[in-house]
Amino acid sequence: MRTLTRHRLFWPIAALVALVVINTLSRPSFLSVTVNDGELYGSLIDILRNSAPLMLVGIGMTLVIATRGIDLSVGAIIAISGAVALSYIANSGSPESLVTVATGIGLGIGVSLVLGLWNGFLVSVIGIQPIIATLVLMLAGRGIAMLITQGQITTITSGPYDFIASGYVFGLPVPFYISVVAVVAAALLVRRTAFGVLLEAVGINPAASRLAGIKSRGIIWIVYGFSGLLAGAAGIIYSSNISAADANNAGLNVEVDAILAVVIGGTSLAGGKFMLSGTVIGVLIIQTLTATVTFLGVPPAVTPLFKAIVVIVVCLLQSPKVRQLLTKRRKPTPRAERTETVKVSAAA
Amino acid sequence: MTAAPTLERPLAQRAPRRTPRWQLRLSAWLPVLTTSAILLAMFITGQAVFGNFFTSRLISSLFLDNAYLIVLAVGMTYVILTGGIDLSVGAVVAFSGIFGAQLLQTGWPAFIVIPAIVVSGSLIGALIGVLVQVFEIQPFIASLAAMFLARGLAYVVSLQSIAITDPAVTWLERTRFQLGGGWFVTPTVIIAVLTVAVSVWVLQYTRFGRSVYAIGGNEQSARLMGLQVARTRIAVYVISGTCAGIAGLIFAAYTGSGYSLTGLGMELDAIAAVVIGGTILTGGSGYVIGSLFGVMVYGLIEISITYIGVDSWWTKIVVGGLLLVFVVLQRLLVARRKR
Repeated sequence: MRTLTRHRLFWPIAALVALVVINTLSRPSFLSVTVNDGELYGSLIDILRNSAPLMLVGIGMTLVIATRGIDLSVGAIIAISGAVALSYIANSGSPESLVTVATGIGLGIGVSLVLGLWNGFLVSVIGIQPIIATLVLMLAGRGIAMLITQGQITTITSGPYDFIASGYVFGLPVPFYISVVAVVAAALLVRRTAFGVLLEAVGINPAASRLAGIKSRGIIWIVYGFSGLLAGAAGIIYSSNISAADANNAGLNVEVDAILAVVIGGTSLAGGKFMLSGTVIGVLIIQTLTATVTFLGVPPAVTPLFKAIVVIVVCLLQSPKVRQLLTKRRKPTPRAERTETVKVSAAA
Repeated sequence: MTAAPTLERPLAQRAPRRTPRWQLRLSAWLPVLTTSAILLAMFITGQAVFGNFFTSRLISSLFLDNAYLIVLAVGMTYVILTGGIDLSVGAVVAFSGIFGAQLLQTGWPAFIVIPAIVVSGSLIGALIGVLVQVFEIQPFIASLAAMFLARGLAYVVSLQSIAITDPAVTWLERTRFQLGGGWFVTPTVIIAVLTVAVSVWVLQYTRFGRSVYAIGGNEQSARLMGLQVARTRIAVYVISGTCAGIAGLIFAAYTGSGYSLTGLGMELDAIAAVVIGGTILTGGSGYVIGSLFGVMVYGLIEISITYIGVDSWWTKIVVGGLLLVFVVLQRLLVARRKR
């Protein structure tokens, strides 16, 4: 039991389970999944589908945070990506054609990749702090998206484009597959190649990793590019969901939610060790929390209050001080103390 | 044995070539000087292009329109000087405003409500300070949680905008003290200017101010020097929260209402103004007066955009670009100083 509670994913999973239990108690139909025309419907499926954009952004954010960075620009990139793709499709004259849609998506994601690499350039080559380097694009990005859509909300009617957000394959929504592909690709990249180890090395101690011969500049560059790419894909899903590019509101506050998901999932903002699985759970927690608030009949505007409580509680549980208090009461073991010192030095 | 002398030699060589004191001073002030040069250049260009730009009227309303942002930027400067960040201020502006409006609507007298608005900000600031200092949560996350808290509380108070008709609060905004020659100030502007003046004094001439710079420079050294690190750090967040409360009061008076959706992204405006004003985000270097200039530059960009007549989203692009220029500039300065 003790080893179970000490597992790094214990508290996040416990929080997720608690949320599901609360929902089921207040509305027993929460867990039910109905099959309609071979397509699955239900609250759980909705959560899986709606969490896709946040999942993509969260994965990118995890890798960025692992290098001691942060990417505030993802919300703006989502707006730009949707604006580029929809403007192209709307002006092409053949919105139903698959080629047009594919080109539009390619353009949107391509521009996002370039923007991500731009962030990486500022951070790794110029050496600007990540928070400020990405703040530049966060401030300017929405203006750029407005420029692309000429201040209007660009709308399209395109079957293939709608399919991305509302289509079904083998009974499950398409966005779910997209997020699974992203998670698996990222997991393979960081756990089956040396990239993950290099990433953690850069995050734990940039100077030491440089002395060890790791080209941190290239790694940081890749990570921000990857984050931009995923944000671009999230922007496509988001704009497909509403069939419109809204430069003002697309991806609003998504960077905050993504950072929260990463932190709730147990990855420290101080960089180094990271957990993709934790982020996946963190994203599901945030999405379920949003759904819970709606189900409980609380006005959705109060969601931030619940988020604040969850963040404070999870962060407190992970803070060294509280952990120390807990372990003291439980009779400290040398192993626990050693992990404590590692944590402190990583934070410093 | 052999390693020690080789290590010492460069030090000994460097000692006589140490940069003179005035040069160090200058390099610390250089970002602020650059900002004021840009500000001046903007005024001159505006005057040259539009004719009636550099007028007492425009400058007076520049202060009036940005009084709340000045106060926010001043509070943010304290936090950033210690190497922290406070993302909650925009939400605190919204919360304190609607909280005050609600209290006034239920019949509380203004002499209680006005302090309550400010203190509600201080309390949220104190919460962040405790989370950061005692529980060692990163400022970014702690203030993010406070941002959600304040925003959520604002929604709990009311989802609708509440008009403020109380004479004491509207007096803050409506009264125009004419100074002659078209110059005028409102009580809100006086509050903002006082905040700047007091902060200049606190940061430059008090022990507390020196501690703030010391923590931002190197926390460990500050602690070893026996400075009150814990107390100072919590105080810094309380100050920022208090400033956000004051800004909430000013903003409520400015808009004549409390509304839970105001102040979205205001914290970013404040941070951008502070950075444009030459304060370095890692802490330890910067001046309050620079933040004031930063806000002025910000306000002038907005005014210029309306004068030119292009669409308002250009403001964001220009501010983002300017931020970039400043950060790169600071980066170059820091790199040169290290060499």
